[in-house]
Amino acid sequence: MDIKQDLITLFQQNTSVLESGSGKILNNYREQAFRDFDKLGIPTSKNEAYKYTPLDKYMQGNYDMELNANPFKIDLQDIFKCDIPELDTQVVLVLNGFFYSVNQTEQLPEGVVVCGLNEASVRFPDLFHKHYSHYADTSADGIVALNTLFAQDGVFVYVPANKTVEKPIQIINLSHSYKNLRITRRNLIVAGENSRVNLVVCDHTLCQQSYLANSLTEIYAGRNAVIDYNRLQNENHLSIQINNLFVHQEENSRFTSNNISLHGGLIRNNVYATLNGPHSETNLYGLFLSDDKQHVANYILVDHASPNCTSNQLFKGILDDDATGSFNGKILVRKDSQKTQAYQKNNNILLSTAARMNTKPHLEIYADDVKCSHGATVGQLDMEAMFYLRSRGIGEKESRHLLMYAFANEIVSKISIPVLKDRIIELVDKRLRGELSRCSNCDIRCG
Amino acid sequence: MLEIKDLFVSINGKEILKGISLEVKAGEVHAIMGPNGSGKSTLAAALAGRDDFEITNGSVTYMGEDLLEMKPEERARKGLFLGFQYPVEIPGVSIVNFLKTALNELRKFKGLEPISASDFLKKMREKKDLVGLTTNLANRSVNEGFSGGEKKKNEIFQMAMLEPRLAILDETDSGLDIDALKTVANGVNNLRRKDNATIIITHYQRLLEHIIPDFVHVLYKGRIVKSSGKELALELEEKGYEWMENETE
Repeated sequence: MDIKQDLITLFQQNTSVLESGSGKILNNYREQAFRDFDKLGIPTSKNEAYKYTPLDKYMQGNYDMELNANPFKIDLQDIFKCDIPELDTQVVLVLNGFFYSVNQTEQLPEGVVVCGLNEASVRFPDLFHKHYSHYADTSADGIVALNTLFAQDGVFVYVPANKTVEKPIQIINLSHSYKNLRITRRNLIVAGENSRVNLVVCDHTLCQQSYLANSLTEIYAGRNAVIDYNRLQNENHLSIQINNLFVHQEENSRFTSNNISLHGGLIRNNVYATLNGPHSETNLYGLFLSDDKQHVANYILVDHASPNCTSNQLFKGILDDDATGSFNGKILVRKDSQKTQAYQKNNNILLSTAARMNTKPHLEIYADDVKCSHGATVGQLDMEAMFYLRSRGIGEKESRHLLMYAFANEIVSKISIPVLKDRIIELVDKRLRGELSRCSNCDIRCG
Repeated sequence: MLEIKDLFVSINGKEILKGISLEVKAGEVHAIMGPNGSGKSTLAAALAGRDDFEITNGSVTYMGEDLLEMKPEERARKGLFLGFQYPVEIPGVSIVNFLKTALNELRKFKGLEPISASDFLKKMREKKDLVGLTTNLANRSVNEGFSGGEKKKNEIFQMAMLEPRLAILDETDSGLDIDALKTVANGVNNLRRKDNATIIITHYQRLLEHIIPDFVHVLYKGRIVKSSGKELALELEEKGYEWMENETE
């Protein structure tokens, strides 16, 4: 089965429906995306960046696609309620890739916009002309081209200059269908000068189907902007999610992401952070806990395109059973980016002999006055520490748990929203004990 | 309390202990001395249940039960404690949580309810004072960033918290300055009772100036070659281990 040709045919047959339902600016990019996708196709293992995650293999299978928003007449507010009531957020629901609703718990500061992407593309053409598809390069990756080709909707967040959004904005990606479903999500987050915003993004698969989600988020951080991006990945084990995150940072801005992968059949996270203005800082943290036949891959490119910038990458993984994973972290320091500080660390624990982890740190440095470091480890639990704990009366299982929890906690403890941190600590704790770590209202049949 | 009979232990096929026999009764303090490489730490770790050893012969009875059949945690729950020569740093595991978990495992084994948060904190304060540990333990990971002396004091502090019946202190004196040595010795002396026993493993005699043993044994090339009263320690200090070599050959 030629998956590329199938997707091209799918697009050609549905171009008019796709375009009639989308704003002009979204349509403007399809032609280029088509050419790029036609040229690049779906990444295979021959593509160095996808060596351990051959998407052409994972994306096989029959999937339906929804061309219109909301074909299900279901009351999401009724069936879905986030079970962290203390997590006082502005909740944005997205159903099968289409913006569904926003539940505002307080008046947003003047000028702040949280709405559907398609709607926004019509309401805010200037912002879209300036930012939409400017950071995501369709010519570099077929998956990015594919997303742009089919992009119809998603979430748009705009925080104007000098505004602070106190409450986190929580985007919940819901998947609901009675057939396997292909989903395209496209988000754009624009944070103006001196603005601050916290984002929390979660998943919920409400049915036992396989969902193949191609998500792409572009984030623009203006001068002095501070953005926190917390991503909790928790889908059923039949699901495949491919996430592309493009972050473009101006002078003195700070972007911090915490990516926690708990459940999901295949999770591929590509993060491209461009430090475009001096003294900007990017912190990329990630944790994944995988078992069964799960595959979790993190691919990072931090581009130091300005001097005096700082970047930190810390990614950790625990793999059990037949789980496989990969980490591919690249730091690019351009010629004039002097006084760069760039750090990268990737630590992994294998709990079974069948689990496999591939890790590849990659530094490409053209400036001469820089501080860079990288390190990667793949190992087992520390047996000396195990014996120490057991010699104090703590059982083998509990000792393992304490050590795994400590390993994971280095990432979780970096989450800046206390109630979210507590909740994720709980989910990680349950996950490490081998229990389902879904939110309590989620349909467990999904498992 | 503890009866070791003709114990042989190998590591990776190499025989380290070659027939150890030793009896320790409640209320006693035994010192095991010997040069480096004589098998002292192997004996301590084998008693605590390290599983990278192979026990090729002999038996160990503890409180009337076969010790060698028990997992390390079972030994601990039944009151055996090993003070480590090299306490392990465990980043990310808070010392408070670790000790509370350990204490509650011991309590569960005795059929007791988990200790309340306030009782636990009170007990921590008391025992810290008792063993002279001044390190602030709040928000610290197990042994992480502790100095050598702090690590050793922390072992004695854990011993005070867990109140073992039989404590085996493996080179607890090594690397300590004289003040820290006295603190550690005071801690051990304060915990001495009629119904518990202590085995002190040491290279040097100096700790035994502060903790007076009832018996001193000399371990040499995997065997106990001499056992006597506390005066043996002084004799060893004076004459060195070469003397022992000449005595045994």
